[in-house]
Amino acid sequence: MKRIEDFTVIGHHWLNYENFLIELEAPEELPDIRAGNFAEVLLKNSPGTFLRRPFSIFEVDKEKNSLTFYIKVIGKGTRYLGKLRKGEKLNIIYPLGNAFSNPYHDKVLMVGGGSGIAPFVLLGRQLREKGIRMTFLFGGREKDNILMTERFEEFGKVFVTTEDGSVGEKGLVTQHSILAKRPLEYGMIYTCGPDPMMKAIAHIAKQHQIPCEVSLENTMACGIGACLCCIVETNTGNKCVCTDGPVFNVNDLTWQT
Amino acid sequence: MADLSVQIHDLHLKNPVTTASGTFAYGEEFIDFIDVNKLGGIFVKGLTLENREGNPYPRMAETSSGMLNSVGLQNKGIDHFVNVIYPRIKHFDTHIIPNVNGFTIEDYVKVTEKLNELEDIKAIELNISCPNVKEGGMAFGIKRTSAVAATTAVRKACKKTLIVKLSPNVTDIADMARAVVDAGADAVSLVNTFLGMAIDAGKRKPVLATVTGGLSGPAIKPIALRMVWEVYKAVSVPVIGIGGIMNATDAIEFMLAGATAIQVGTANFIDPRVSVQIVDGINDYLEKNNFTSVHQLIGALET
Ligand SMILES: Cc1cc2nc3c(=O)[nH]c(=O)nc-3n(C[C@H](O)[C@H](O)[C@H](O)COP(=O)(O)OP(=O)(O)OC[C@H]3O[C@@H](n4cnc5c(N)ncnc54)[C@H](O)[C@@H]3O)c2cc1C
Ligand SMILES: Cc1cc2nc3c(=O)[nH]c(=O)nc-3n(C[C@H](O)[C@H](O)[C@H](O)COP(=O)(O)O)c2cc1C
Ligand code: FES
Repeated sequence: MKRIEDFTVIGHHWLNYENFLIELEAPEELPDIRAGNFAEVLLKNSPGTFLRRPFSIFEVDKEKNSLTFYIKVIGKGTRYLGKLRKGEKLNIIYPLGNAFSNPYHDKVLMVGGGSGIAPFVLLGRQLREKGIRMTFLFGGREKDNILMTERFEEFGKVFVTTEDGSVGEKGLVTQHSILAKRPLEYGMIYTCGPDPMMKAIAHIAKQHQIPCEVSLENTMACGIGACLCCIVETNTGNKCVCTDGPVFNVNDLTWQT
Repeated sequence: MADLSVQIHDLHLKNPVTTASGTFAYGEEFIDFIDVNKLGGIFVKGLTLENREGNPYPRMAETSSGMLNSVGLQNKGIDHFVNVIYPRIKHFDTHIIPNVNGFTIEDYVKVTEKLNELEDIKAIELNISCPNVKEGGMAFGIKRTSAVAATTAVRKACKKTLIVKLSPNVTDIADMARAVVDAGADAVSLVNTFLGMAIDAGKRKPVLATVTGGLSGPAIKPIALRMVWEVYKAVSVPVIGIGGIMNATDAIEFMLAGATAIQVGTANFIDPRVSVQIVDGINDYLEKNNFTSVHQLIGALET
């Protein structure tokens, strides 16, 4: 069941000049939240924004009864969230959307770019309980775009690429040497990040006949399936990213991969 | 509790608060947040004769105090509504009012005829903002002749209360209202979205895949309010006010301008509870001002 509640900011931490973590305490006991779920955040006093903003749920702390979001500053709304202080309230609709599915066998790869790594902490925890072996591959333009890799080391090996080579291998994620291994064997590739990155990863997955799930970030007006603004074309017609997604198996999408 | 009930021709609403077509889906999406049975009615998503996938993505652009959409009437067609959706929602203790769309007059008539069979449907809303394929895609509701032709044909086919939803993209909305009432409309609802456009200067490209789209939200409220007032003075049938209603005060303003009922649209995206909060807000206003009935508000603007 979806909820609408006023959360309280209990933590706010800038990772660098454009990325921050914001931790929010729930007024009631948190419901079950699955990796891939997102929330629609109301920016009540943010000048110039009108609609809510969608963000993946990065972390759930049952003890503190809190949710954490990993946010990259893009425009007005994210800048406003960056300025919030402890004690301020935020109205949130959650948990929204579907979730990543379990892999077909016990070894998976998660590929993320930018804030696209957000759903992978919950996914990592979920899959660890099932004894799945995980590898992470994160890409960015430069060192500053590669954040929190240590958060993922408890789940598996973390590899990095940057376009300028300032950390990890130089190049795009799709050029990383771990993807050059033959045979490339994973039970599933999960990916979230910029569209071109996801499409390139989906292409590699298809070549090696590895199932691949992508988490899409289409622009949304309602987040609850009411407006039909967030659609993606699938083999069975247009689907809502907010209710049928955000996670899709690439084979269901009409992407040219 | 003040008397909130209103009458739109044969349609009796327990209160004047309804939700606007295309912004409330079929109501089911909202039951986690509110008791939809507290609403006067639900104008459900636009229906067409055939299944429609709608326009390509992107379909939405946020604007100052509003949004543009170019959904393009995505829906699974009238038969799917009749066979699958209607049985699921007909038990709601509120009026389900289908929004009828067509690209030819024959389409409109066929959809209307199929809805005649549904016992729990007491009224339909005719959306004349659809593109008329026989006139190069110009909306029916923009020209008097095509608006009258669509209304006349649907009136003949329709066994229910007929509400005609006006397009605001016209020079004289009062004249258009008079024309559709003369053609048989039992009530009019207004406004639909205003044609608008958004540009991404960085990319030098339109934001919407269709380049233009429909503007809704608080940005359009003052114009919508003026149009409702003009139409109220021009026709003797009930007027349903729509456009940027975000709270009870906005709703009351529309009623003072002459609306018998109102529709809440884009506001549902900001807060899915808002429609029911508006019902309570209107009641509070009436009690605070010692009114016993919501009728005391309708057209009560002192000028
Ligand atoms: C399901 C989902 C999960 C997401 N998870 C995260 C997350 O965990 N962390 C994170 O930092 N971001 C996430 N995003 C993206 C985030 O919603 C946008 O970055 C944010 O809405 C931009 O708001 P703004 O007001 O700062 O920018 P605006 O001023 O609104 O817009 C600036 C630019 O951002 C683009 N934009 C607006 N909305 C979106 C959107 N929904 N998605 C992508 N681009 C958009 C616009 O086209 C515009 O060009 C997610 C999006 C979705 C749909
Ligand atoms: C996403 C979206 C979809 C809509 N779909 C329809 C529709 O199918 N039929 C219709 O008559 N109006 C449709 N409308 C128009 C609304 O019903 C309403 O007239 C308009 O949004 C103005 O009201 P508002 O400012 O309160 O949103 C749609 C509006 C939006 C925002
Ligand atoms: S954002 Fe409204 S339907 Fe998905």
